[in-house]
Amino acid sequence: MSEAGSHAADGGDGHAHPQPKYMLIWLYLLILTLAEVGVAFLAIPKWMIVTSLLVMAVWKALLVALYYMHLKFEPNRLRMVALAPLPAVAIMILVIMMEYV
Amino acid sequence: MAHAATAGRAPERGLDVYTQKVGMWVFLCSEVMFFAGLIGSYVVLRFGAADVWAEPGDVLAIGITAVNTFILICSSVTMVKAFAAAEADDQKGIRNYLLATTLLGALFLGIQVYEYTELVLHAEWQGSHGFTPQAGLYGATFYTMTGFHGFHVLLGVVCLAWATKRAYAGHWGKDNTHGIEVLGLYWHFVDLVWIILFTIVYLI
Repeated sequence: MSEAGSHAADGGDGHAHPQPKYMLIWLYLLILTLAEVGVAFLAIPKWMIVTSLLVMAVWKALLVALYYMHLKFEPNRLRMVALAPLPAVAIMILVIMMEYV
Repeated sequence: MAHAATAGRAPERGLDVYTQKVGMWVFLCSEVMFFAGLIGSYVVLRFGAADVWAEPGDVLAIGITAVNTFILICSSVTMVKAFAAAEADDQKGIRNYLLATTLLGALFLGIQVYEYTELVLHAEWQGSHGFTPQAGLYGATFYTMTGFHGFHVLLGVVCLAWATKRAYAGHWGKDNTHGIEVLGLYWHFVDLVWIILFTIVYLI
């Protein structure tokens, strides 16, 4: 997605923050939310519903993190800080899944 | 006067990001683990006792919650617009967008209180009247997860009200954007968590 608008502003820490098209991201989020509600009531197998809903939820979360929280435009050093808990979350998910293996 | 051992060296750049922003991201990392713990325990409990959970829409009202989700997403847009207005030194924009974010956050809380009231007073679950936190695993996990999220929204609304008050005093501007950006990071995180909770708790 190439969302960067024409104007860039300094966030006060010496980095130019390109300003994405915030309303376009909002529209994506709205459409995905409506799609989620629709999918939840489709007459298809439950595993397909769950998979679709999780994909759309992660998609929405990524849109918020990348564009509204500006992670897409932050230096890699800060991205590393932001992503630091994800390995721990992945380990926790694996341990939880082992309950059902 | 510079210390003799450091004289002539360039200052360390660290993360090259201002301290408050790094601090907020570190705090949000701890919040990720907090909500991951809640959601993880919900998944374990739910799949361990699938018969004590209702199908989507049977107990919880999806329509009004979808509207609430929409409201929180709108508040994320107004929050990020407030930050953009601060960077552009647009005082009217800062005031209006911060006020809108505060009101949307308060509206989300109001609807959540209404939802809780309806559930406690009128919902039917497993043959009994009222869906309360005492209604088994389903009730306990539902109110714990949405309640903790609501508490985070409440804290955000209080901080937003404070930021809005300062905006009307002309506090924010091109040279003072950090407070709005850091508060925005918290607010967007609250929105992000709700996106996950809405899917897992209401739709699956």
